[in-house]
Amino acid sequence: MTAWEPPDRPRSRLAYCCPEKMAEDREPPPLADAVQTDFREVEEGEDLFVSTVSTAEQLSPTSPEPASFPAEDISTNSNGPKQEILLDDDQEDLFAEATEEVSLDSPEREPILSDGPSPAITPVTPTVIITPRVDALFDRSLDEDEEAEENGDTFDMQITVSDPEKVGDGMNAYMAYKVTTKTSLSLFSRNEFSVKRRFSDFLGLHSKLASKYMHIGYIVPPAPEKSIVGMTKVKVGKEDLSSAEFVEKRRSALERYLMRTVNHPALVKDPDVIQFLENTELPRAVSTQALSGAGILRMVNKAADAVNKMTIKMNESDAWFEEKQQQFENLDIQLRKLHASVESLVCHRKELSVNTASFAKSAAMLGNSEDHTALSRALSQLAEVEEKIDQLHHEQAYADFYLFSELLGDYVRLITAVKGVFDQRMKTWSKWQDAQVMLQRKREAEAKLQYANKPDKLQQAKDEIKEWEAKVQQGERDFEQISKNIRREVERFEKQRVKDFKVVIIKYLESLVHTQQQLIKYWEAFLPEAKAIA
Amino acid sequence: FKISAVNVDLQTDATLQVDISDALSERDKVKFTVHTKSTLPNFKQNEFSVVRQHEEFIWLHDSFVENEEYAGFIIPPAPPRPDFDASREKLQKLGEGEGSMTKEEFTKMKQELEAEYLAIFKKTVAMHEVFLCRVAAHPVLRKDLNFHVFLEYNQDLSVRGKNKKEKLEDFFKNVVKSADGVIVAGVKDVDDFFEHEKTFLLEYHNRVKDASAKSDRMIRSHKSAADDINRIASTLYTLGTQDSTDMCKFFLKVSELFEKTRKIEARVAADEDLKLADLLKYYLRESQAAKDLLYRRGRALVDYENANKALDKARAKNKDVLQAETTQQVCCQKFEKISESAKQELIDFKTRRVAAFRKNLVELAELELKHAKVNFIPCWKDFNLFKTRNITSINVVL
Repeated sequence: MTAWEPPDRPRSRLAYCCPEKMAEDREPPPLADAVQTDFREVEEGEDLFVSTVSTAEQLSPTSPEPASFPAEDISTNSNGPKQEILLDDDQEDLFAEATEEVSLDSPEREPILSDGPSPAITPVTPTVIITPRVDALFDRSLDEDEEAEENGDTFDMQITVSDPEKVGDGMNAYMAYKVTTKTSLSLFSRNEFSVKRRFSDFLGLHSKLASKYMHIGYIVPPAPEKSIVGMTKVKVGKEDLSSAEFVEKRRSALERYLMRTVNHPALVKDPDVIQFLENTELPRAVSTQALSGAGILRMVNKAADAVNKMTIKMNESDAWFEEKQQQFENLDIQLRKLHASVESLVCHRKELSVNTASFAKSAAMLGNSEDHTALSRALSQLAEVEEKIDQLHHEQAYADFYLFSELLGDYVRLITAVKGVFDQRMKTWSKWQDAQVMLQRKREAEAKLQYANKPDKLQQAKDEIKEWEAKVQQGERDFEQISKNIRREVERFEKQRVKDFKVVIIKYLESLVHTQQQLIKYWEAFLPEAKAIA
Repeated sequence: FKISAVNVDLQTDATLQVDISDALSERDKVKFTVHTKSTLPNFKQNEFSVVRQHEEFIWLHDSFVENEEYAGFIIPPAPPRPDFDASREKLQKLGEGEGSMTKEEFTKMKQELEAEYLAIFKKTVAMHEVFLCRVAAHPVLRKDLNFHVFLEYNQDLSVRGKNKKEKLEDFFKNVVKSADGVIVAGVKDVDDFFEHEKTFLLEYHNRVKDASAKSDRMIRSHKSAADDINRIASTLYTLGTQDSTDMCKFFLKVSELFEKTRKIEARVAADEDLKLADLLKYYLRESQAAKDLLYRRGRALVDYENANKALDKARAKNKDVLQAETTQQVCCQKFEKISESAKQELIDFKTRRVAAFRKNLVELAELELKHAKVNFIPCWKDFNLFKTRNITSINVVL
C-alpha cells in the first residue's frame, strides 16, 4: 500500500510572471502566452486592444491560428524586461484578513501620524507576492493623443513602483517605495531615473493636482486610499501574510495611479508631477494629515460643497451634460454592484481553494487506510489532483482580484472624480450667475445714485459696475472653458475606460480559460488511474 | 427516476427487481412509488407497485436490525430523511426579496433554486432506491417477510415515526451500545481476519467521515462561487444595456459568457456532489453498518467466552451444570453462525466498495473533462472570434 503524504512544496503565488525566477516545481500558467498566441495579426491602429496587448508583452513563438488555445504550457517566455518580480517563499494561505480594510467611500480617512524625525532606513526583506502586470492598460503606442503628437514626442513612458521597504520603527514607521520612470519624453532631464517616495507623497501630489485642475474641469485620477488598519499592522512589524498582501495591493495601486496620472496630457507636463518623479528629495506633504490645518479646512470645504450642491439648481441648457451626468450616475451604481460581486467571488474562490486543499488531505488519509491496493492508489491520485486544483483555484482567485476587482475599484473612484468635475462646473455656473446678480444690483444702485447728489459715490458705483461687468464676462468665459474642458476630458475618459475594460476583462477571461485547460490536464491524468482499479 | 448514486451491480437478478418508479413531493413528506418485478412464488402478481413514505423505510430497516437471525449480516444502511428545509427556506427568502431585484434576476434565481430543489429530490429518491436494491440483492434479506409486506401490501402500513419516549429510549440504547462497543472492541480476537477488519474498519470509518465532511464544504464553496458568477453576469448585462459606448455589445457578450460559465460551474459542483460527496456519505453509513456487525460478533464472542467460564465454574462447583452447558451451546452456535456469515459479508462489502468507488471516480473524472472540454472551451472559442472581429474602433457618443 503506497503511503502518500501531501508534499510540502513551496506554494508559489506566481501566476503571470517570469518563469525563470519561479519556484522549481511550478509551471507558470501561460496567461501572457495565451494572450500572445491568440493575437498574432497585429494591425496597427485597427484592433486597438490586440496591439495594446502584444506590444506590452514580449511575443513568443507562436502558432498562427488566432482562435486556437495553446495546448501546452509555454513556460520559458518572459513577460518583458520591465517587470519587477518578487518571489514567494514558503507561505500558507495569504488571504487571512487581507482585503476588507480598504473601503470605497471617502478617500480622506487619514491616520493620525505624528511628525517625528525619520529614523534610519531599515531595509526589510520584502515579502513577496506577484501580481499580474498591468502594463497593457497603459500602453499608449496607438492612442491618438493630439498633444503628444504636437510635441513631436510619441508617448513613451513607463513607471514602476517597486521594492517596498519599511523605514523606521513603531508608529512612526512608514513604507518607502521606489518609483522608477523610463521615458523618452523631452519633458524630463533623463531617460531613466528613480526616486524613493512614501505614501503621503503620493497623496500630496494628488492634492496639489486636484486643487490646480479640478476646478477647470480636468479629471484628476484619485490616489489610492488610506487604510489605518492595514498600515498599523505594517508599522507594528507584523510580518505576516495579510500585511504582505496589503503592501502588495498598495504597491500595485500606486503604480496604476501614477500611470493614469501621466497618461493625462496636461498632468504629465505639470511641474509638480515632474518634480515628484525626478527630485530625490521632496518636501514632506504634511497637509495630507487629518489633524493639520489643511486637513480640517478640507473637511469644512467638503461639507460646504455638499450643502451647496443641494441648493444650486442649475438651468441646464446643454442636453449633453444632463445626459452624461445621468449616464455616469447609472454607471456608478452598476460598477459598485459589480465590484461587490467580484469581491464576493474572490472571497469564495479563496474559500474553495482552502476547502479543496483540506479535502485533498482527507482523501489522502482515506487512501492510506484503504486496504485494497489499486483503490488506495487511485485515492492517493485523487488527493494529488485535488491538491493541484486547489492551487489552481488559488491562482484564479488572485486573477479575480488583481485583474478584475481592483480595476473596478479604481473605476468607482474615478467616476467619483468625474462627478466631482461636473460639480465644479455647477459651481462655476453658480459663480457666474452670482456675478450677474451682483452686477444687476450694482446697476440698480447706480441708477438710484443718479438722482441723489453724491458725485464721488456715483463714480464709485460706476467703477463697481465696470468691475462686476468684467467679473460677469470672466464668469461666462470660465463656464464655457470648463464646459469645453469637461467635454474633452469625458471623451478621453470614455476612450480610456473602453480600452481598460476590454483589455482587463479579456485578460481575465483568458485566465479562466487557462484554469479550465489545466483542469483538463489534471483530470485526464487521473482518469486512467481510476479505470485501473480492479 | 433511475439515478442511483451508488449503483453497484444490483440489478442482475431477474427473480426480484425493485425500483422507485415515481415520487411525489408534498408539503412535508415525500411519497415514493415502489415498483416490484418478481418471478418468485411468494407474491400474488409478477409486477406491482405500492406507495411508501420515508418512515416505512425506516420501519423496515429497524426490523432487520432487531432481528436476531440477521445478526451476522451487514444490514443495508437506512436512507437519510428527505430534507428540503434549507431549499424551501431559500425559495421563501427569494419570494420575500422579490421587490428588491430586477425581473431577470428574480427569474434566474428562482430557476436556480428550483433546480437545486429538484436535485435534492432526485438524490433522496436515489438513496431510498439503493436501500431497497441492497435488500433485494441480499440472499437472505430478500426473503424477509416484512420486506415482502413492504413491497406488496398496498395499504398504509400504519407505521408511525417514533414518539419522544421511544426516541429517548433509542438514545439511551445507543449510549449503552457505544460503551459496550468499546469494551467489546477491546477484546482481542483469535481470528486474524476479524482482528484486521476491526482495526481497518475503525480507521476507515473515521476517515470516510472526515472526507465526507470536507467534500461537502468544498462543494458548498463551489456553489457559492457559481452564485457570485451569476450576479456578475446579471450586472454585466445591465451595464451592457445601459452603456453608450461601443462597450455595450462587448458587455453583453461577456455577460453571456459568464452566464454560461456559471451554468457549467454549477453543474460541476452538482456532479461532484453526486459522484463524490454522495459516495462518501453512503460508505460512511455502510462502514458503520459493518462496524455494527463486528460489534454484534464481538458481543457474541464475549458472551461465548463468558458462557465457557460459567460452565467451567459450574462444573467445578458441580452446580447447574446442565443449564450452563445449554447456555454455552447456545452462545457457541450464535457466535459461529455470526462468524461464518460475517466473513462473507465483509468480503462482499470490500468488493462492493471497490466497485462503487471505481465507477464513481471514473464517472467523476469523465464528467469533469466533459464540462471543461465540451462545454467550456467551445463557448470560449466563439468568444475569441467575436473578440477579434468586433473590437475594432471605439465610437464614443458625443
